[in-house]
Amino acid sequence: MNNPSNLKYTASHEWVKTEADGTITVGITQHAQELLGDMVFVEAPTVGRKLKTKEECAVVESVKAAADVYAPVAGEVIAANSELDSSPENINSDPYGAWIFKMKPDNTTDVTALMDASAYQAHVDSEAH
Amino acid sequence: MVDFGGWDMPVNYGSQIDEHRQVRNDAGMFDVSHMRVLDMRGEGVRAFLRYLLANNVDKLTVPGKALYSAMLLESGGVIDDLIVYFMTEDWFRIVVNAGTADKDIAWMKLQAAKHAPQLEITDHPELAMIAVQGPNAREKVWEALPGSKKLTENLMPFRAVELGKMFIARTGYTGEDGFEIMIPAISAPYFWATLAGKGVKPIGLGARDTLRLEAGMNLYGQDMNESVGPLESGLAWTVDLKSTRDFIGKVSLLANPPSSQLIGLLLLDRGVLRSHQQIHTSHGTGEITSGSFSPTLERSIALARVPNGVQAGDTVQVAIRDKMLAAQVVKYPFVRKGKALI
Repeated sequence: MNNPSNLKYTASHEWVKTEADGTITVGITQHAQELLGDMVFVEAPTVGRKLKTKEECAVVESVKAAADVYAPVAGEVIAANSELDSSPENINSDPYGAWIFKMKPDNTTDVTALMDASAYQAHVDSEAH
Repeated sequence: MVDFGGWDMPVNYGSQIDEHRQVRNDAGMFDVSHMRVLDMRGEGVRAFLRYLLANNVDKLTVPGKALYSAMLLESGGVIDDLIVYFMTEDWFRIVVNAGTADKDIAWMKLQAAKHAPQLEITDHPELAMIAVQGPNAREKVWEALPGSKKLTENLMPFRAVELGKMFIARTGYTGEDGFEIMIPAISAPYFWATLAGKGVKPIGLGARDTLRLEAGMNLYGQDMNESVGPLESGLAWTVDLKSTRDFIGKVSLLANPPSSQLIGLLLLDRGVLRSHQQIHTSHGTGEITSGSFSPTLERSIALARVPNGVQAGDTVQVAIRDKMLAAQVVKYPFVRKGKALI
């Protein structure tokens, strides 16, 4: 599996990209989209919403199931990807390009403490057994 | 892979939406070997089925003709839905759901012991079943099995014929044309591979569910069960209450007119309808029994049980997570033969 090495990951299958200005961009991983299958609806969080770590903040729905997306760290939502309203299938075709929301983290150290690509891969492998 | 009535079955082989469209636009095949095939043989089998089933087997006058029916408890609750084929006056074939098969057979044997002890009820675990569905399904079957064409090209919908050890029925669970083919399990992998060689794609349980939902066909255990009757489940058309014929459940159905009904829903807002979501109407509350995204309509659709009085055209509210979303009550089926009906 190819999880980009420049990203951080959560146990609940979100990926996190740190931008130059310290904000973060969040989506769901290749593994998560593969488990869910064809995506048909995305409900992103409202801009300005304050989130706690691991708080449910978005929903992705495939034909077969609905899944919650969790805040990887505490912070404030600063953007939501409105393209996914009309093209939720972008998550299937390009999971690491189709971001769901952006946040300004309360503490940047919370982000650096998340899993790296190899730790995440080990986590995925452990869930498979 | 998921467990389905004790069978390991694939939800999807690739993209579920692509599989759905493959069946609507061309031809797809389903391994439905989990469906259980039963034969009922002996003198008086028709009279017994006339009493056992809510639909009337006297509609079956031509050998090979099939009938969809519910099998009811005395309470009127649905034990299972099934297809019964009339073959000869001393042989009827029945296909039941996998998860309910053991319970169905026990019930049939219990009733036969009381009313028709001469009948022999046999189960056919040695038969596999492959459904080939879609506008090009029959052509593909004829290419894969040239010997079948002569016998099945004039076969009417809801009819079946025997071909050696195979049993070919022009039936299905998708709203498309096609066949359901029973074949000895030992021959099934070769037949499956031959169909694949003709361009018939395998279709998983996920697309099977969205196809049947668009076609407005009930799923046992979801849209009906032993605690609701056929009249609350959109199956009034399969229940014959007018004739003098007695059948199990009739007394209860006549004594307890239905207070709820099964309706179709089309979601007007963005989101996805799912089973067990609550419905709020001006006549009271109801519940979604089956809901999903319709790949043909590119909207979310559902079957829901709501109080009497709710009518096609009404707008109702569906509770989805922390929101109330608007949905329109519609007549179903939603899709037939590749065409949207709403």
